[in-house]
Amino acid sequence: MQATQTDSRLAYLLHLADNAVVLGQRNAQWCGHGPVIEEDLAMANISLDLIGQARLLYQLVAQSLGDGATEDTLAYFRDDTEFRNYTLLELPHHGPLVGYAHTDLDYATTLVRNFLYSALMVLRWDALQQSSDPELAAIAAKSLKETRYHLRHARDWMVRLGDGTAESNARMQAALDHLLPYTQEFWTESEVETAAAASGLGVEMGSLRAAWDALLDQTLAEATLRRPSAAGYVTSGKQGLHSEHLGFLLSEMQCLARAHPGAQW
Amino acid sequence: MNATPALKDWPLWEVFVRSKQGLEHKHCGSLHASDAAHALQMARDVYTRRQEGVSIWVVPSSAISASAPQDKGEFFDPAADKIYRHPTFYEIPAEVGHM
Repeated sequence: MQATQTDSRLAYLLHLADNAVVLGQRNAQWCGHGPVIEEDLAMANISLDLIGQARLLYQLVAQSLGDGATEDTLAYFRDDTEFRNYTLLELPHHGPLVGYAHTDLDYATTLVRNFLYSALMVLRWDALQQSSDPELAAIAAKSLKETRYHLRHARDWMVRLGDGTAESNARMQAALDHLLPYTQEFWTESEVETAAAASGLGVEMGSLRAAWDALLDQTLAEATLRRPSAAGYVTSGKQGLHSEHLGFLLSEMQCLARAHPGAQW
Repeated sequence: MNATPALKDWPLWEVFVRSKQGLEHKHCGSLHASDAAHALQMARDVYTRRQEGVSIWVVPSSAISASAPQDKGEFFDPAADKIYRHPTFYEIPAEVGHM
């Protein structure tokens, strides 16, 4: 029983950490390719915040695991099926049907995803400040400030581009239509999340939903975007069942550490 | 809907950052942004990411009137030989300390 509780605590922390590292790595793809230099810097800042959050959480997990585990072994030496991030966060920066993404990077997709995720995490980190685990509570307090800015950045662009030109509106709407169904995974609580909520470590996801919906609806109204259906297949990245995209993302992220294990700068 | 200028028409903004309370805002650079709120946000990302500031001002570059380079002679050179305008001819009492 004790072992199970520990496993479930670590699984919960890994879910939070993997979310942050995967989106951080995904958004880092924009580095040097941003639409304007100011945005290039903003997106790199956001990535670094996310990777910083992941580091703190991985360090916490490594500490509990002992056994020679470090933040690096957790980030670089686990395979895709061991990652517990939402599928939403590993998807590429374009939708399968976004025909006018003339390269493989569509900023609308990036911004909508950042909005959907940071809107959730502002609420989740806020609640996690009351976690029964004081270290997680401290990480939540630090991450909350960063995430508030991520939300502000994404929300600002949602409104500007949604309520912009016909072209920018269409691209934001297409990205939203593509991504919203993946948010079902937020609200389909896993056993790990249920256990974490019950023990006081985590937060019950259902308790965040009304506020998240309100934030989304209010933003979409301002952005003159339509809220599409979120129905359809419910992804399960947080259970380790990922899309085909995570493997490619991880191979790029992990190849250097695996080619030179233990290397130091 | 088309009142907002397109991306390529973003105007230039001058950015001033106050590094800590009590100090003045100092000019630190410029950037392109579509409006003041946007410029503030971008200034935060471009100029304060290494803890440089506690406050930011942005001013449209077009609002700044600058002296002309060709006026340099009559504007500035006459000050070159007026050393009496520098307050360096006073003995500062030791109690005053550093000024």
